[in-house]
Amino acid sequence: MIAFIIARLLQAIPVLLVVGFISFAMFQFVGDPLVALLGQNFTAEEADAMRHNLGMDQPFLVQYVNFLGRVLHGDFGISYRLAKPVGELLAERLPATAELALCAAILSLLVGVPLGVLTGIKRNALISRVMMMLSLVGVSLPTFLIGVLLILLFAVQLGVLPSYGRGDVVHFAHWSTGLLTGTGRVALILPAVTLGLFQMTLILRLVRSEMLEVMRSDHIKFARARGLTPRAINFHHALSNTLVPVITIVGLQLGMLIAFSIVTETVFQWPGMGLLLVQSIGVADIPVMSAYLLLIAVVFVTINLVVDLLYFAVDPRLRGGGK
Amino acid sequence: MALLDVIDLCVEFPTRRGILRALDGVSFSIDPGEILGVVGESGAGKSLTGAAIIGLLEPPGHVAGGQIVFDGKRLDNLSQEEMRAIRGRHIGAIFQDPLTTLDPLMSVGKQLIETMQTHMKLSDRDAKARAVQWLEEVGIPAASERVFAYPHQFSGGMRQRVVIALALCAEPRLVIADEPTTALDVSIQAQIITLMKRLAADHGTSIMLVTHDMGVIAETCDRVAVMYAGRIAEIGPVENVVRSPHHPYTEGLMGSIPSLEARVERLRQIDGAMPRLNAIPKGCAFNPRCGKVIERCREERPVLLPTATTMAACFRANEEAA
Ligand SMILES: Nc1ncnc2c1ncn2[C@@H]1O[C@H](COP(=O)(O)OP(=O)(O)O)[C@@H](O)[C@H]1O
Ligand SMILES: [Mg+2]
Repeated sequence: MIAFIIARLLQAIPVLLVVGFISFAMFQFVGDPLVALLGQNFTAEEADAMRHNLGMDQPFLVQYVNFLGRVLHGDFGISYRLAKPVGELLAERLPATAELALCAAILSLLVGVPLGVLTGIKRNALISRVMMMLSLVGVSLPTFLIGVLLILLFAVQLGVLPSYGRGDVVHFAHWSTGLLTGTGRVALILPAVTLGLFQMTLILRLVRSEMLEVMRSDHIKFARARGLTPRAINFHHALSNTLVPVITIVGLQLGMLIAFSIVTETVFQWPGMGLLLVQSIGVADIPVMSAYLLLIAVVFVTINLVVDLLYFAVDPRLRGGGK
Repeated sequence: MALLDVIDLCVEFPTRRGILRALDGVSFSIDPGEILGVVGESGAGKSLTGAAIIGLLEPPGHVAGGQIVFDGKRLDNLSQEEMRAIRGRHIGAIFQDPLTTLDPLMSVGKQLIETMQTHMKLSDRDAKARAVQWLEEVGIPAASERVFAYPHQFSGGMRQRVVIALALCAEPRLVIADEPTTALDVSIQAQIITLMKRLAADHGTSIMLVTHDMGVIAETCDRVAVMYAGRIAEIGPVENVVRSPHHPYTEGLMGSIPSLEARVERLRQIDGAMPRLNAIPKGCAFNPRCGKVIERCREERPVLLPTATTMAACFRANEEAA
């Protein structure tokens, strides 16, 4: 078990090195940091001095290693646009994105899984057919359109929910949360629904098709022959046997939620990392873009590890133990 | 009184091209403690008969006629929930492939406990103790240490023993065993049959044993039913059906068993194949393949009537008896 975790962490290292290299390369090939730091007018001496200070006169590989060293110490450079350390900027924005993504994920699981089970068991019932039609809409509508439509309906027409911002937040040390205030919770609803809708429909359809598959299996027939209750059969034996593929997809999707909350955050002016990234791309704020890329890589690696550990929890066949 | 009475059972599948009648007027009974063998080519309707009895026909298949009477009570018109309470508790089932029959994600002990607690009032402690007892009774070595082992940690033969324990743990009076040894290694088949026979005797359980193996039938069963194209061709005490069959189809089947005494004789095969459900001939379903066919067999459907030693649905056999 512990050996497995270590092995997976070792496997993650090359991935992170490659992403780190891309991050680093962005500095080299996109824009000229000297212009950003010295302004338009500078002398050749000033430029050389600056290059020397920044280590830019050293060989490429040495620069890369230095870059990695700084990153490991949490030093991602200074934002060109905001003139603040990038690490600080991201840390400020992280709670907003994390809360949004987590709420969207929980929402999509709490709704998607039960509906998937239901439509899988009662696949010919009217309600199942309606759900499947609706889920098709959810899968095919682009996120920004869903967001705009929701704003139109609930913010503009009905005026019951705010259409932008995060409401009031409460601070705990480095974390800020909107979950503890009324306006914060209300502000979370539309963005979370927008972000979670696609995942929800995806999970619904996945659980449904896995359920249909499992319900045909011999061990479910035998569970029926043992006289188990429909509840035990559906939720114990059938659902648990759909979990491995569901965990895989949900894990990947959670990464996607964080990485691609960009659109939702833009539509709702949500003060998270996605919005920061969009604003940074507009002015080629390389340090922010490069740090964001690294952060997302770490998120995916972490999620993959958690997914692998969940496999172990769910499936005894993977835990080993001989005959 | 018989424990199970199947009377004129018909099972149909509605399809786009019309109704397929998969079981057509099947009648037999099983006494308490009796082992009834059911044989016949694949597709004869053996599994469907079992599924109909435990109320697990797969829709759109359904009982379209006849009665299933268990312990004096009709089963075929019970609600789903009433039938569920009978399954496992009063009628158990053993399936063919032990590698796929158990839930791979749940320990065998938990599956036993779950089955017993569904049907009987048992504390967790008592249920666990009984689970260990059952595993011991079906011959799992070191049962108390392995009670919470997972199915993949057992071999195929051991898994079938677990399946047997699961089928019997709520102490049903009848067990339907659908080809319980077909998927097993030949060397293990006899052990499993012996185990089932011993447990049935110990607990007074009746068994409906579906199998291809005439050797198993001859050694294990009290009576045997021969099915052909959704009907019963012949039924009777096992030695009579095996030694002196009266239905030409049974004769053919018995002819295809290699026997030690008749080693010199070539194995006989019945020419032709069983008809498909949408092409069952008029009259006796076996008539196109029958060596003793007469005009009447092509016109009129024979019913099960006594022969000298069995019951057979055959005009020629009944003639001889009369
Ligand atoms: N779902 C179904 N739809 C149509 N026909 C079926 C279905 N299930 C079984 N049958 C038919 O019923 C007949 C009997 O099947 P079965 O009881 O499984 O035979 P066996 O004697 O080999 O166990 C076969 O001809 C099969 O084609
Ligand atoms: Mg069969």
